[in-house]
Amino acid sequence: MLTFLKVGAFTFGGGYAILPVIQQEVVDNKRWVSPDEFSDILIITQGMPGQLALNSAIQIGIRLRGIPGGVVGALGVTLPSVIILLAIAAYFYPLMRDNDYVQAVFYGLRPAVVALIASAAVKMGRNILHGWNGILLCAALLAAAIITQVHPIVILVTGGLAGLVIFRKGL
Amino acid sequence: MTGLFLSLYWSFFKVGLFTIGGGYAMIPLMEAEVITVHGWLNAGEFLDIIAVAEMTPGPISINAATFIGYTMAGVPGSLIATLGVISPSLVLLLLLSRVLIGVVQNRGARIFLGGLRSALVALILLASYTLGQTAIIDLPSALIFGLILVASLIRPVSPLYFIAAGAVLGLILFPY
Repeated sequence: MLTFLKVGAFTFGGGYAILPVIQQEVVDNKRWVSPDEFSDILIITQGMPGQLALNSAIQIGIRLRGIPGGVVGALGVTLPSVIILLAIAAYFYPLMRDNDYVQAVFYGLRPAVVALIASAAVKMGRNILHGWNGILLCAALLAAAIITQVHPIVILVTGGLAGLVIFRKGL
Repeated sequence: MTGLFLSLYWSFFKVGLFTIGGGYAMIPLMEAEVITVHGWLNAGEFLDIIAVAEMTPGPISINAATFIGYTMAGVPGSLIATLGVISPSLVLLLLLSRVLIGVVQNRGARIFLGGLRSALVALILLASYTLGQTAIIDLPSALIFGLILVASLIRPVSPLYFIAAGAVLGLILFPY
């Protein structure tokens, strides 16, 4: 069972490149799952809610040791984050906050984060929005979100339902 | 206190449940829950936490949940918020892992997800606009935004590089 915590150990260095790292570890090095099983895991991971690394770790855990394995997989991915972020939130962040240079760093980080968010929207749009139907749906939902100020969950569900009507003939 | 714990759990549960595809998909939801619905943080504090969550290893939304939970209610708060964000994945996979592959490959479900992703693009775009009003406050910060947006669209390397670039540019351009 202890081996499962390795799932946590390698997402440690993960960030965005987590999935290829997981693949190398569980398919090539440990041979816990076959390449076919891993591609099934990826299909589920991307089509369901939740974090990519978390979803795949839970599934690999379940395949190896059933439900307890799934729980350990989830803990493995989550614990490093919790420990590191708690240390930062509790000790470093309060110490740094009033420092001029730290203020300067965050002054630069804020627009950088916004740029990354905007860039994510553009890249997702390029991958997802094929054809006029998709673009029009996206624009209509954007307008609806701005005008009605409803919770994003309402917009997401509306988008899904509208998709069922618009894309019925083929995606 | 119990009330705060419950709303932390429920808010982050919703974030986990409607984050499809991982990464930035959670931004609009977390922004709505943390800033608009509960007023736990202002937009500036939220952006700072996302920046820290991005710089540290591990999935951003788990990192952000831990940080925001701690800010609101100490160590118990951080554990509860984190548990909230991972609960939907755990519950769905532990109970339904056998049928999930069929569900996600179902034609109707895929079309629904296609529409949902169109909505996601709109929401992330909107989030970048509303958060941008707090982050882009003068010429230097607009310059940082523009440079990093263009660079990240041209060169899709790890976001860590762009975060580092933002920090360095901040140090240079900050109106001390």
